[in-house]
Amino acid sequence: MPRSLPALTPATRMGLSIAAALTLYGVSFGALATASGFTFWQTVALSALLFSGGSQFAIIGVVASGGSGGAALGASTLLSARNTIYGVQMKTLLNPTGWRRYVAAQVTIDESAANAMVQTDHAESRRGFWVTGIASYIGWNAATVFGAALGDVIGDPQSLGLDGAVVAAFLGLLWPRLRSREPWALAVLAALITMLTMPVLPPGVPVMVAAGAAVVWTVLTRRRGGDLAPAEDEVDPGHDADPGHGAGGGSGRDGGAGR
Amino acid sequence: MSLWAWILLACAAVYLTKLLGYMVPAAWLKHPMVGRISGLLTVALLAALVTMNTFSGDDGLSFDARIAALLAAAAALMLRAPFLVVVIVGAATAAGVRALGVG
Repeated sequence: MPRSLPALTPATRMGLSIAAALTLYGVSFGALATASGFTFWQTVALSALLFSGGSQFAIIGVVASGGSGGAALGASTLLSARNTIYGVQMKTLLNPTGWRRYVAAQVTIDESAANAMVQTDHAESRRGFWVTGIASYIGWNAATVFGAALGDVIGDPQSLGLDGAVVAAFLGLLWPRLRSREPWALAVLAALITMLTMPVLPPGVPVMVAAGAAVVWTVLTRRRGGDLAPAEDEVDPGHDADPGHGAGGGSGRDGGAGR
Repeated sequence: MSLWAWILLACAAVYLTKLLGYMVPAAWLKHPMVGRISGLLTVALLAALVTMNTFSGDDGLSFDARIAALLAAAAALMLRAPFLVVVIVGAATAAGVRALGVG
């Protein structure tokens, strides 16, 4: 028996639990997208083709609050900029070649990159990335179809608090990155900039202004060294189902290399 | 342009951001500024998204049940609740506050 049914490795178990956690989020994405005026197929296309939670919520958030398609495109692309960094790290760790590289790119998200980066063994890294990426892709897309189909039936998403769920989800993604004073200060600044510019700028644009502030912040604090970078080295294995872990752990490798 | 066109453009743009990482020579990204910008950009973007999703309204800003959801989610996170629980707490709080007729 043990030979025919090998036990799941830690990276595989972690990947499956992360994917399970993402699935509920996918239901709320599907329901919220259709409630925001996206058709069933537009909603399904976003999950199948775009497959990046933050960017998908940004698109429906911008469009739902009256923003233009261009603002939605800008916000979602900017939000996906960190995936480029993950891609480089996955290339370094796993170096997928041929068609696998194009599949790997599609399933490169916070969660899959994080699970690859926290493993110390190469085979576990590979399992961590692929299990998390593929299981999340399947779960997220199935959940999107379910949520989008159910969206019409369950009625007003606000009475179910789905808009509260989105707020909580973004806070949950942000939270693990707030481990030292600098990210806290920047997060407060970005929130203030967003609140102050929301009444005067088109919907979605304040997010890009906040992103610009982060770049200016990086340049201005450059000479102070990397000691104030997000505390990405403190990877907490107790929070393995926490999708917010990804970027923190990810940027740590780069930031750490420069110190 | 129709919404469909913007959606497909956004899908292509995001896929390119992902693929780009696998295509650039690794030596280009050795610079410490790259990792630092990436980490801080993510913090700023997520903080802006939390704010936008909490206060967005027809006339710029709106103050409603989502603020209670934000506070409840923060409390859940301080208690080290898993991500899934945090999302459910946010939804339940917003729904509960609305059911009470407050938000």
